Amino acid sequence: MATVFPSQFAALEPFADWAVPTEKARYAKRIASTMDELDTFYNAAFPLLASGTEYLQNVFMEDISEEDKHLLWLFCALVTVAFSVEAWRQPKVPDTGAASIDAVVEPAV
Amino acid sequence: MAHFKKPEAGSWTAHLKIDTEPVSYEDSISPGHYELEREAIFRRTWLNVGRVEQLTKRGSYFTKELDAAGASVIVVRGMDDEVRAFHNVCRHRGNKLVWNDFPREETGGVCRQFTCKYHAWRYDLEGKLTFVQQEQEFFDLDKSQYGLKGVQTEVWEGFVFVNLDPENTTPLREYLGEFAKGIEGYPFHKMTQAHKYRAEIGANWKLFIDAFAEFYHAPILHAGQYVSDEARKIQKYGYEALHYDIDGPHSMVSSWGGIAPPHDRKMVKPIEGALRSGLFGPWEAPDIGVETADLPPAVNPTKDPRWGMDSFVFFPNFMLLIWRPNWVLTYHYWPTSYNTHLFEATCYFVPPENAFQRLQQELAVVSFKEYGLQDGNTLEATQSMLESRAVGEFPLNDQEVLLRHLHGTARQFVRDHQQRSSGAPAAP
Repeated sequence: MATVFPSQFAALEPFADWAVPTEKARYAKRIASTMDELDTFYNAAFPLLASGTEYLQNVFMEDISEEDKHLLWLFCALVTVAFSVEAWRQPKVPDTGAASIDAVVEPAV
Repeated sequence: MAHFKKPEAGSWTAHLKIDTEPVSYEDSISPGHYELEREAIFRRTWLNVGRVEQLTKRGSYFTKELDAAGASVIVVRGMDDEVRAFHNVCRHRGNKLVWNDFPREETGGVCRQFTCKYHAWRYDLEGKLTFVQQEQEFFDLDKSQYGLKGVQTEVWEGFVFVNLDPENTTPLREYLGEFAKGIEGYPFHKMTQAHKYRAEIGANWKLFIDAFAEFYHAPILHAGQYVSDEARKIQKYGYEALHYDIDGPHSMVSSWGGIAPPHDRKMVKPIEGALRSGLFGPWEAPDIGVETADLPPAVNPTKDPRWGMDSFVFFPNFMLLIWRPNWVLTYHYWPTSYNTHLFEATCYFVPPENAFQRLQQELAVVSFKEYGLQDGNTLEATQSMLESRAVGEFPLNDQEVLLRHLHGTARQFVRDHQQRSSGAPAAP
């Protein structure tokens, strides 16, 4: 089976379903997840983000490869999930009831 | 304890010659007052409907629903490169000219002409009626008399404004006043990477402007966004702005904050430390061809080294935030009834060169959204309790001076309009 991410990030393959291309869908996946699922994803992905700065700085947005695109989307999902894990300790923003703020325009990648 | 110097008058409120009495929010809970605002404000002032980057080539267009003004407009770049706006109404039988699937939803694209879905009347990009189906069936129809109804359109620094009142001939730049003049030259055109958000908010439009025109709430409502030591420190510190100012109906607050990198890395969340970014944007600002110290004069007006961002309210509903790390956020509040509005927020960045920069921007955008969700839902709680009318007067502090100014301005527009329409002389 083809891998989704660049080889240095092979440890993320089990979390390939987090490589979601839009913020709206990433947020929807976050609030549809349990805290255990969010913690597991965060704990696997955060160290690779923290150690991956140099790699990511050398991924240029022009001509970005499919593997790097997936990696970027997964780390975008990590950004979304980090609020639940680091701040709220719950998937949703506290006290936000049925409120929603939806992305209507965002970059293609 | 004051951390920042106040004006000699002793308070910002006194300095700006605004009274300090408790305020009523009747103007935010009365359906009748909202109807007056629609007439006096939204049908009569310059409204920002977008940016020129949305109209990249000849024939690029978008529609904008202006519910509060009871109008829909088409904004289009013509074959002569001019940006124009028209009422989105076919001259034949009044059908909405440009829409897809849902008549009340906005749309956009690129076209050579506009064709009505109903009877195929066609208009060119300059609004001229060019084709009438079965023209011979009409009675002395002079096509030159049936072009699209134009709307005054002007562009300031790439922001496209329309004005639905043909009798309001004040040029846009004059209306926008001193703040706008002092912002001119800021390189908005370099910030073409846009993230736009929209939300339906169950509160009067002015109440959300209120929420973003004061940062007194930030250490409390958003406490959970900070690591706990930082939250305690910020709550103890409270909030004071660097500077407040008003110019006619418009206002601004200049704020400290977000100086990066933070003195103590333990004071930021792990994701912020890893990406070197946060609510105030990436810690490393992209090159925009101008240093912070050399920004146009209305930006960081006190030239304070602690400066973090400026937030301008261009009356009635356009808020422009300029952040120290060289990015821009705009807010628009489009009323849909006295107690609902459509909120739009757009983050504009210099396009990222690499994936790391892209992630730094994503963190700023998502931070805004998390804050915005807290603000938006709180507003519904405020609106419903104001409507209970259990309490009628509310004390506002000196850091909430711009709220007094906004509500006072909106009420003044209504009073002036009532005086004009009743033929009575305007108050001195």
